Amino acid sequence: MTALELRGIEATYPGRSSSLKPVLANVDLQVGPGEMLALIGPNGSGKTTLLRVASGGLQPSAGTALLDGRDLTALTARERARHIAVVPQDGPIPNGLFVREMVSLGRTPYSRLLLGPTLHDRQAVTWALEAAGVENLAERFVDELSGGERQRVILARALAQQARVLLLDEPTANLDLHHQVAMLELVRGLCRERGLAVLTAVHDLQLAALFYDRVALLSAGQLVSQGSPEAVLTAPLLLEAFGQRVVLSAHPTHGVPLVALVPNGNARRLTASG
Amino acid sequence: MAARAARRPPGPLVLGGLSVLLVASLLFAAAFGAVQLRPDDLVRMTLNHLFGARFEPTWRPQDEAIFFAIRLPRVAGAAIVGAALASAGVLFQGLLRNPLADPYALGVSGGAALGGALGFLLSLSFTFLGFSPVPILAFAGALIAMSLVYTLARVGGRAPIVTLLLAGFAVSAIMGYAVSFLLILNDRLQLNLPRVYGWLLGGISVTQWSQLGLALIMVGVALGGGWLLRHSLDALSLGEESAQQLGIAVESDKRLVIVLGSILTGAAVALGGLIGFVGLFAPHVTRTIVGPRHTWLLPAAALVGAAFLVLADLLARAILPPTEVPVGILTAFVGGPFFLWLLRRERREYRL
Repeated sequence: MTALELRGIEATYPGRSSSLKPVLANVDLQVGPGEMLALIGPNGSGKTTLLRVASGGLQPSAGTALLDGRDLTALTARERARHIAVVPQDGPIPNGLFVREMVSLGRTPYSRLLLGPTLHDRQAVTWALEAAGVENLAERFVDELSGGERQRVILARALAQQARVLLLDEPTANLDLHHQVAMLELVRGLCRERGLAVLTAVHDLQLAALFYDRVALLSAGQLVSQGSPEAVLTAPLLLEAFGQRVVLSAHPTHGVPLVALVPNGNARRLTASG
Repeated sequence: MAARAARRPPGPLVLGGLSVLLVASLLFAAAFGAVQLRPDDLVRMTLNHLFGARFEPTWRPQDEAIFFAIRLPRVAGAAIVGAALASAGVLFQGLLRNPLADPYALGVSGGAALGGALGFLLSLSFTFLGFSPVPILAFAGALIAMSLVYTLARVGGRAPIVTLLLAGFAVSAIMGYAVSFLLILNDRLQLNLPRVYGWLLGGISVTQWSQLGLALIMVGVALGGGWLLRHSLDALSLGEESAQQLGIAVESDKRLVIVLGSILTGAAVALGGLIGFVGLFAPHVTRTIVGPRHTWLLPAAALVGAAFLVLADLLARAILPPTEVPVGILTAFVGGPFFLWLLRRERREYRL
């Protein structure tokens, strides 16, 4: 059973010259309920574009994106937002908005033309605040939070949408070590507990190996490999995709692949000794 | 970082308080003039007139005539113009995510000024529901400028915010300088320069109830329409992509906001000329009271703008009698320093 399925996706942006290659070509990807899928790949490989297609914000030029077997393009933006929630990498932070108000914007896809929020809306917001661990920040201003707090608040907003698919674009990009781990443990807990299908663009391969069930490697708009972290995080594949030499070992306590960068200046010495 | 746990007064309470403030300003402003009336008499007159109450007149019959034929249209006109400018300011600040945006941000001021100047120049002599050619052409100019800006900013079915702002600036500048050109040609064109200047600076000139009726309908419909878009405006504060991911039909709602904002601004210009500052100042002041959510911000800002302009118009009549100072000068003189004080007191960093 899959929640989100991408079949033969090809994507390009309006106005992009047709002589250029499409940003994504022939991408097949599935995410099931309760599953964490990490999307890795170099800058410009199409991770963010893939998330846009998966959220329905960008129509693929070929192929279909399916939500529970239904074509995303057949749904309105409002219907999509009830099923798919997005945690963007960045975006404007409004001035003077309380955290509770920010999180209640997650109820926008359920908003009514004339009436205010329902009891269920309020409960969903309270639940989302608790689930993301930010209930103590509810009466603070969003623009006065630290980066880690703000990221949790944006996660809470996405949770308030009560969607079954959660898309995150680099959710740990600006967080320190502890907050990176805390954020991903939080997401994984919610994923397991609520059966969320989680698709995340990830830069840090260590985090991808530690917290995700599967990894999909994107390079120049194509899926080079997908599977368990052990299958995808290999030196030859990473060299091919990133153009960067790495050495892999096992994580001392968790056994998952541990990716060690090899500075390029040392490449010759490494080849000589190996 | 200091944790600032703050609370806001409940929205309905704020709307109630502001309504009382508006009614008080209306009475106070209507009572003042060459013939001094008593505010409590005005209340009784209104109750007699509208609700068939039977208060014994403690006033002279001509007082009643002055109130209903001269004072009330004037103060009601100021209130409608203030409400329209303030709510247009809220709509455009929300749409453009820019604290500097005002009702004239998308080229409306240039278009309205050019239309109005042409109205003075062409010396036409028709009226429509009490409106003379100048306000009608100003209203048309406002809408034409806005459509021009939107059309120019549109690329591949989308009108990006920054392109809208830049196109608005350019169109406004071109049309504004076209007005300056007309004024330079004054000795050939025989314009009544003081009247044109006075109009460009803004001043409430209501002569007939039919004008108010029409303006009230336009402003009421556009304000109501804007309020129905409150969720879109809230979501747009997170950026267009996030708004779309929250289920907002971004492009069509943007178009609606622009249309409604133009109607509000056009109606305000038709009644009061180019009054500056209200549309920038009222939304900011109101945001510090009710916060940024449009459910409360939009109606509250309309009330703040209405009360502010009624009082500014009162000052415009009172400050140098019998000369009337253009109210646009007063909104800048009174609103400007207050706005600066507010900026310093808030000490909030505005991000563009």
